[in-house]
Amino acid sequence: MVNTADVVEMTVPSKAEYVGVVRLTVSGIANRAGFSYDDIEDMKIAVAEACTNVVDHAYSNGGTIKFSCSIEEEGLKLVVSDDGQSVDVVQLREEIGPVDGQDPVGELKEGGLGLFLIESLMDEVEISSEAGVAIVMKKFLQRDGVEENADGPRSADKQKQ
Amino acid sequence: MNLTLQTKETEAGTRVMVEGEIDAYTAPELRETLIPLTEKQNTEVVVDLANVEYIDSTGLGIFIGALKSAHSNGSELAITGVNERVHRLFSITGLDEVIDIDGERREGAK
Repeated sequence: MVNTADVVEMTVPSKAEYVGVVRLTVSGIANRAGFSYDDIEDMKIAVAEACTNVVDHAYSNGGTIKFSCSIEEEGLKLVVSDDGQSVDVVQLREEIGPVDGQDPVGELKEGGLGLFLIESLMDEVEISSEAGVAIVMKKFLQRDGVEENADGPRSADKQKQ
Repeated sequence: MNLTLQTKETEAGTRVMVEGEIDAYTAPELRETLIPLTEKQNTEVVVDLANVEYIDSTGLGIFIGALKSAHSNGSELAITGVNERVHRLFSITGLDEVIDIDGERREGAK
């Protein structure tokens, strides 16, 4: 069986006002691909978080956000990348997590929730940093009988509430 | 992709009605309105999110900042009217444990 995924790509300036443009694009594609309302909202947030990371951290003198979306049979593969500063991915992963209700209010951090949300809302997430940073996120289409399969891709780090 | 903010004086303090989408682009506007209100002493700031259909970590970060500001000024911050989607984000990130949402706070519920 030959599977050639449709790919949508776009490049936008690394500015906050364009994050919403990418978000709406994802919404349109995911809607067309047959995802549920909740899954579409999850993807909108995940992609916006990845783009916002680029805007906030990648460049000191402006640059671009590269977005690519592959419409695959199993679902959508969303890639947000930049060619700005690299990061220590291992350290980054250690730092992410939710707010701890036991912490005093004064010690709560105002940032750092973005990556945590991406990992919570998507089915698979890979972060790589060689030249710049690339975040690869997957959301699988739920099909009857497939999503509950223990060997299925959704069982890995699914976190639904 | 716009944000509309309306503030109203109440008996206990201020009510901020937010309408639209809270993301990296619109969040600064929310911050500029909200933080000064929480810097008043011994007051109560209630943020009504009933007409907010999108929020991401940029917006959540502003509520953390507003909560810290309120606490250090002896004031209270509360959020009301959140829809299911928005509530889910406060819940995933654990913010529902530290911020009063619709009169509930899952204190130490984790």
